[in-house]
Amino acid sequence: MRTLEPFLAEHPFLKDLAPEYIKLLTGCASNVRFDAGQFIFREGDEANNFYIIRHGKVTIQLFAVERGAITIQTIEAGDILGWSWLISPYICRFDAQAVELTRAIALDGKCLRNKCELNHDLGYELLKRFSHIIVQRLEATRLQLMDLYGAHK
Amino acid sequence: MVDTANPFIPTQYRIQKVLGETYDTFTVELVPLQDNDGFSFLPGQFNMLYVFGVGEAPISLCSDPAIETSIKHTIRAVGTVTSAIQRLGRGGVVGVRGPFGTHWPLDDAKGNDVVIVAGGIGLAPLRPALYQIFAHREKYGRIALLFGARTPHDILYKHELERWRGRFDVEIKVTVDSAINGWRGNVGVVTTLIPGAQFDPLNTIAMICGPEVMMRFTIKELQNRGVKTENIYISMERNMKCGVGFCGHCQFGPTFVCKDGPIFRFDRINTIFGKREI
Ligand SMILES: Cc1cc2nc3c(=O)[nH]c(=O)nc-3n(C[C@H](O)[C@H](O)[C@H](O)COP(=O)(O)OP(=O)(O)OC[C@H]3O[C@@H](n4cnc5c(N)ncnc54)[C@H](O)[C@@H]3O)c2cc1C
Ligand code: FES
Repeated sequence: MRTLEPFLAEHPFLKDLAPEYIKLLTGCASNVRFDAGQFIFREGDEANNFYIIRHGKVTIQLFAVERGAITIQTIEAGDILGWSWLISPYICRFDAQAVELTRAIALDGKCLRNKCELNHDLGYELLKRFSHIIVQRLEATRLQLMDLYGAHK
Repeated sequence: MVDTANPFIPTQYRIQKVLGETYDTFTVELVPLQDNDGFSFLPGQFNMLYVFGVGEAPISLCSDPAIETSIKHTIRAVGTVTSAIQRLGRGGVVGVRGPFGTHWPLDDAKGNDVVIVAGGIGLAPLRPALYQIFAHREKYGRIALLFGARTPHDILYKHELERWRGRFDVEIKVTVDSAINGWRGNVGVVTTLIPGAQFDPLNTIAMICGPEVMMRFTIKELQNRGVKTENIYISMERNMKCGVGFCGHCQFGPTFVCKDGPIFRFDRINTIFGKREI
């Protein structure tokens, strides 16, 4: 089987990460596949993984009893899914569902968390990258909240 | 064409067709009451539409500039004039002054990739630019249209977007701010489409129209991708009265948005851009 190392080394999210860390991440990585409609995780689940989407589309949803499932974001090939694995209490905050056949690389967050505790340099490198994603999501959420295209724009 | 000798005198046009676009937005097709030489305009320009006894509002031209016998405007009913036009309906008569203002840089864009970013009703003034690009497709590099709407029900020109998507020479990406189950498209603000869009940042002309906050974040994201500030064009839609640089209603320092705009090269306007009121 081909190793996932070259894919991880070339992914923009992991750009400039030292080769030994790429190796380490490869040890925690596996290929996964989700069928259309399949939930990848649900709100309240333990957050033990994150995913690098290779192909397909995933929706991030919030369920409201009165309105049903509301999609607040879609994630596509090249994007990163899931950051709760890095932040205690390591619980998924939303539902994630594949809209179409989706292939991804799953990274075992539980295993990585332990490695980050032992190796703070690795922890810092990953935290830097994930905080960038979290800030992007926060900014997007703020714009969504502004209801920019509402009547009183 | 409208009375150019006196830009304050509106010419009467009849609403020939009304097309419902979304629950609050509609497109009117206007034809002159009296025969004239046709109406020519450049993509990005606007008309002042006058409802007799009610008032006037600036509205962008959204039809194909190659068609001069009739013109189209997509209007969102948000206030006095726009709701009055909606009430007039088919057969109603409106006054038209125009076309006014600057246009999208379609000549400068030749030989370059073009990325068009539109938010909400901001797609209307960009549609004539797309028609013109498609009419001279070989003159341009890659074309990306990134469009953001509030919900799937707010997507303008749905059929046309679907048709354009079927072409193999343009990338069309649509996203909505939120959606309930059943929508299989993208969800997220329009800026999230920029990192994945196909264009060469160093040889790209960007044209943006939408709410100012959306344009601000779009510009930032385009700059992050490496698009040069002098290659970014935006449409500033500020309040207007005369539309021709007389009343000062839209003035900021030496700049009149009605006359020097509404389309501006971003590096020439960034001192005004984001100002609370003009
Ligand atoms: C160059 C240019 C091009 C444009 N192109 C288009 C276009 O193609 N299509 C389009 O639909 N619009 C376009 N606009 C915007 C349009 O001109 C404005 O929305 C215009 O104000 C509409 O006039 P109105 O009389 O219908 O609304 P107004 O009565 O002037 O109301 C304007 C805004 O004020 C709010 N408002 C009204 N009354 C109240 C109140 N009592 N309290 C609080 N808020 C209130 C309304 O919700 C609305 O958002 C363009 C503007 C410019 C400058
Ligand atoms: S609207 Fe009168 S000067 Fe611009």
